[in-house]
Amino acid sequence: MNNLELAKHANQVRKGIIKGVHSAKAGHPGGSLSAADIYTFLYFEELNIDPKNPKDPDRDRFVLSKGHTAPGLYSTLAHRGYFPEEDLLTLRKLGSYLQGHPDMKKIPGVDMSSGSLGQGISAAVGMALGAKLSGKDFRVYTLLGDGEIEEGQVWEAAMFAGHRKLDNLCVIVDNNGLQIDGSIDDVCSPNPIDKKFEAFNFHVIHVDAHDFDAIRAAFNEAKQTRGVPTAIIAHSTKGKGVSFMEGSVDWHGKAPNDEEFATAMADLEKIDEQLEKAGE
Amino acid sequence: MADAVKKIATRESYGRALVELGAEHQDVVVLDADLAAATKTGMFKKAYPDRHIDCGIAESNMIGIAAGLATTGFVPFASSFAMFAAGRAFEQVRNTVGYPHLNVKIGATHAGITVGEDGASHQCNEDIALMRTIPGMVVMCPSDDVEAVACVKAAYEHQGPVYMRFGRFAVPVINDRPDYHFEIGKGDVVKEGKDLTIVATGLCVASALEAAEMLKADGVDAEVINICTIKPLDEDLIIASAKKTGKVVTVEEHSVIGGLGSAVCDALCEKAPTPVCKLGMQDKFGESGSAQALMEKYKLDGKGVYESIKEYLGK
Repeated sequence: MNNLELAKHANQVRKGIIKGVHSAKAGHPGGSLSAADIYTFLYFEELNIDPKNPKDPDRDRFVLSKGHTAPGLYSTLAHRGYFPEEDLLTLRKLGSYLQGHPDMKKIPGVDMSSGSLGQGISAAVGMALGAKLSGKDFRVYTLLGDGEIEEGQVWEAAMFAGHRKLDNLCVIVDNNGLQIDGSIDDVCSPNPIDKKFEAFNFHVIHVDAHDFDAIRAAFNEAKQTRGVPTAIIAHSTKGKGVSFMEGSVDWHGKAPNDEEFATAMADLEKIDEQLEKAGE
Repeated sequence: MADAVKKIATRESYGRALVELGAEHQDVVVLDADLAAATKTGMFKKAYPDRHIDCGIAESNMIGIAAGLATTGFVPFASSFAMFAAGRAFEQVRNTVGYPHLNVKIGATHAGITVGEDGASHQCNEDIALMRTIPGMVVMCPSDDVEAVACVKAAYEHQGPVYMRFGRFAVPVINDRPDYHFEIGKGDVVKEGKDLTIVATGLCVASALEAAEMLKADGVDAEVINICTIKPLDEDLIIASAKKTGKVVTVEEHSVIGGLGSAVCDALCEKAPTPVCKLGMQDKFGESGSAQALMEKYKLDGKGVYESIKEYLGK
């Protein structure tokens, strides 16, 4: 899939995020939008998956360790064909299978329930170990927030993955620089992130989280890396794609009102138009 | 108990049962957090080194790894002391194992005050209370070697999360009889009686039997029920006995808040209101000492249980 097609898919994913969070009147748009290009690349290009067979034991796995950005994952799964896109409007509502945080028992395509920060990565490490123990060659990907890595359990998991040389594991850190209480540097800086993962015996790659060439190259490098797990530090913009949400900590966990929703959708429609023009 | 009675710590039974399971089932993997010698998973490690995963001193991560392994078709037995498996990693067990109802078995050794000399920091008297609040979690506390081995094997056969509680202290083998049958969720009347029902779990079943013998000399005919599965509780058995005797005493090496006593009260208050005297740790931390001395001090040995019941009946 070429970059233009990926960008178009990513923009549809972003629209789904905004629609879902607006409908729910709650949720986490900022970190969903910052990771939208990563989600899109994973589900449209990288992962060996089949939406018609979401429980295939040989499929690649994805664990959303930063589970609060479920709107991003759900929008991607819906757009990829796991469930109807109109269901995104039921997000967080009573009776909907689209729970506030990922629920593997209810949602097709969700490989692990998550939401309590720091725990998803451990489960991903367990899956990668499971592949090694059973001689299977599927790969395991997990996405963490840069605030999330303040959780100590992340480093327990990293230590184990490095120790066990789990080269089928790819950890992605969505490095948008913001957490609920402010900038990660102001709250309790986890920097330098790269040196920390290196110290835990990871291969580390820096990438622009909104550049598909760079994302493609990073995942290829991760796949070719032997004997150590890989950590991709994805430098992103929180709220990417929606003008008034970009780089703003206020949109970490807040839904747009009707007026803001209209502005956000207009922003994304404009991107659609630009992408259509670019393709002509 | 006479010296002739065979005594085995249930952590030994856990280690032995894992080795037997490992021989029968290739999908059994055992996780530990740098306590393989103490939890007795070292026996499994020796037999099946490739299927023993030492996670280092990181129990929270161990539980997550067990969850991940379960999703790839393995049946992980995650092992540590009760304090760390149920206490430190409570939220991991709740959110990453319990919520997705994954097929993870937790083998928690060194439960209760009979950890002994290590003292209160390591004497977990809260694990039953914590684990039984998690929806879908099976909670078991075997009374002896025979029951512990049966419980581990039943845990393997059960689909879903299971918490098993084992001890460090060697306890009398009381279930070694030809007609012994184990089933998750089924209690066992180990002595019939009509005047009083003693419901006990774990090593306190032996204490309850001793106490019942002493009560007999006083003319009190006590029924003794062994509850290995605290959740799901064999409510029918307890209710029937309570209706027959009209008096219930619970005995456990655990806090009287949230453990077996609370579970029994929960069942009775709704379906057969009966006065219940809860014996166990009375909202106190333990302390250092030999297991036997602690059992005596906190009145969880046969004599202590007998005295507490006499006092209760005298009121």
